[in-house]
Amino acid sequence: MASVELKGVGKSFGNVEVLSKIDLDIADGEFLTLVGASGCGKSTLLRIIAGLEVQSTGSVLIDGASVDHLRPHERRVAMVFQSYALYPHMRVFGNIALPLVMSRLNLFERLPLLRALSLRRRRIMPEIASEVQAIAEQLQIAALLDRRPAQLSGGQRQRVALGRAMVRRPAAFLMDEPLSNLDAKLRVHMRSELADLHARLGATFIYVTHDQVEAMTMSNRVAMMDNGAILQLGRPSELYARPASVKVAQFIGTPAINLLPARVGPQQTVELFGLDLPIRVRRPAGAQLTLGIRPESIAATPAGSPPRSGQIALVGRLHRSENLGAEHILHVDLATPSSGSVTCKVAVDPDRLVDAARNIAIAFSPSSCHVFDADGWRVAEDDMQPSIDTDFRAISAVGS
Amino acid sequence: MSVSAALAVPTVAPPRNRQQWLERLAGIGFSSPAFLLLVVINIAPLLVLLYLSFTNYELGALHTKFLGLDNFRKAVADPVFRRSLGNTLVYVAIVLPLGVGLGLLIAVLLHSRKRTRSFYEVVYFLPVTSTLIAMATVWQFLLHPSLGPVNGVLRALGFHEIGFLSEPAWVLPTLAAIEVWHLVGFNMVLFLAGLSAIPRDLYEAAEIDGCRGAIDRFLTITWPLLGPTTMFVVVTTSITAFKVFDTVAVITRGGPMGSSEVLLYAIYLEGYQYFHMGYAAALTLVFLLFVLAFSVVQTFVLDRRVHY
Repeated sequence: MASVELKGVGKSFGNVEVLSKIDLDIADGEFLTLVGASGCGKSTLLRIIAGLEVQSTGSVLIDGASVDHLRPHERRVAMVFQSYALYPHMRVFGNIALPLVMSRLNLFERLPLLRALSLRRRRIMPEIASEVQAIAEQLQIAALLDRRPAQLSGGQRQRVALGRAMVRRPAAFLMDEPLSNLDAKLRVHMRSELADLHARLGATFIYVTHDQVEAMTMSNRVAMMDNGAILQLGRPSELYARPASVKVAQFIGTPAINLLPARVGPQQTVELFGLDLPIRVRRPAGAQLTLGIRPESIAATPAGSPPRSGQIALVGRLHRSENLGAEHILHVDLATPSSGSVTCKVAVDPDRLVDAARNIAIAFSPSSCHVFDADGWRVAEDDMQPSIDTDFRAISAVGS
Repeated sequence: MSVSAALAVPTVAPPRNRQQWLERLAGIGFSSPAFLLLVVINIAPLLVLLYLSFTNYELGALHTKFLGLDNFRKAVADPVFRRSLGNTLVYVAIVLPLGVGLGLLIAVLLHSRKRTRSFYEVVYFLPVTSTLIAMATVWQFLLHPSLGPVNGVLRALGFHEIGFLSEPAWVLPTLAAIEVWHLVGFNMVLFLAGLSAIPRDLYEAAEIDGCRGAIDRFLTITWPLLGPTTMFVVVTTSITAFKVFDTVAVITRGGPMGSSEVLLYAIYLEGYQYFHMGYAAALTLVFLLFVLAFSVVQTFVLDRRVHY
């Protein structure tokens, strides 16, 4: 068990910088997820922590001591690969036992044929076998110890890879998209198993994924990466509730957040489709803004029904709806010319909301809006004030 | 193996309607040209060989007599044949480990090269592309006791000169060395292909799991995963070595004193110098049985241990 600390870790391939000065403190026993689109540098960062890749700048510390000069196996980290990287020629037992065999037996005791002569090996192998057995029982793969990886299903291979990582009792588990080769149902199942495993072992987990659901459901903290830098680091709920930038907002949450073009009005309020919203922004008038509203923060009502007090209402036409069983995802084309479309998630059957012409009204409260500046960064709460006009009347962008 | 596969008649339930008859006819129609070619090119010559081996047929002879197993009895008692077989097996025993081992060593060393890899590949592959008969002449000159540069170097270093191709004890190892020089590049290419098929992930996993150096890496990952390649290389190398002929025919002609007589050369002498075609056919059959035995043993014994 250990803490992992990154100090200004950067990596360049020639002139191409793939990681720029990453600083990250991962506490002992924490489950930290590095999430981002492919090519954002998250896997490279993990490989640098593992020692498989050498950073161009900066330093990796495990338990406060630099491990930059140590080979991968000396860093006391274990890694689970996306492909599982099981040794195809070894049985499950051999796969799980290998880290122990490597660390406890010397070269002579591992050489084919010659090893039969070693008495020490005969003493140590039963110890290793009982440890492997214990790990296999924990992971419920004890019955598979005699099988080759090719004879296992995806989920079983996943467990073997986990077993091979666990058997060393590493300081930290590094996981590189371990669930992405599993089918959707198994992935959901393994997600909760991994979370359980983390709780049981209490070890430090560093987990790389491109799947925001995995990041949100398992982690203590999430580091969202883009273009070789960390955009935001925080608890999953923080990333969801207060995304630091448009990219974070877009990445976290399904369906993706609605982004509407807005600008700063003459009274320094947010102006959306020519309407002043009751949100004040300390930015020069006329500056471009992006307004983010999560689909689940939007309510849909029949067209023409009066909006609730304090809500912003827009009208449009229902373009398409997706039935998820308990919920419906509505794609609404906004009536205002060239204002695009909005997705919202509602519990009501859309057929009860639309009229013959499929008109529909959507409403959201100003407090659920995320405001981003022209560069895509969140406009800090300090720079925003609730409107003085508390009794704000609902407005309608009536285009039709 | 392809022969037996082609001969095997598929057992299919009798077709119920016209459509199935047509499909079956079309299937036979499409496969028959290939099958006929196989018969004409592979199977018929073998049958002719089998027939000849039971006769005393001589090239150009008007009458031949059926001898039954006499040719084979004669071969077992024939000192030339027995010596040839012994020499050939010694030759294979030298070429096989050296040809496979060196091919693997060079491949492993080259695989980690980046820029110079293709240069070395070409250099090691050059002997494969050269004609062994032409190269044999060059080797004959290089190894000449008085004129050759190899003995020149030995003399300069204070050693006695060695009759590489004229001393009975030296001639087989020398011919084997020339064979190794000739085929090591080919084996190297096969091993390189096998090496590139090993996923890089495995080496990384092994490194994290504690494989420290090149020996660990080789024993844990490379060697086991090269199993199928190694098996193929061992089979082809042993068959190539068993077929040794060119160098013997060009350089030593079986000499000195029969110490480089090999199986194929003995067959050649019987068939084309003494015109004993029937006897040569019998020896050829023995030769083929040996080659077959090599492949069968290696395939069935090793195959189970190298495929996962």
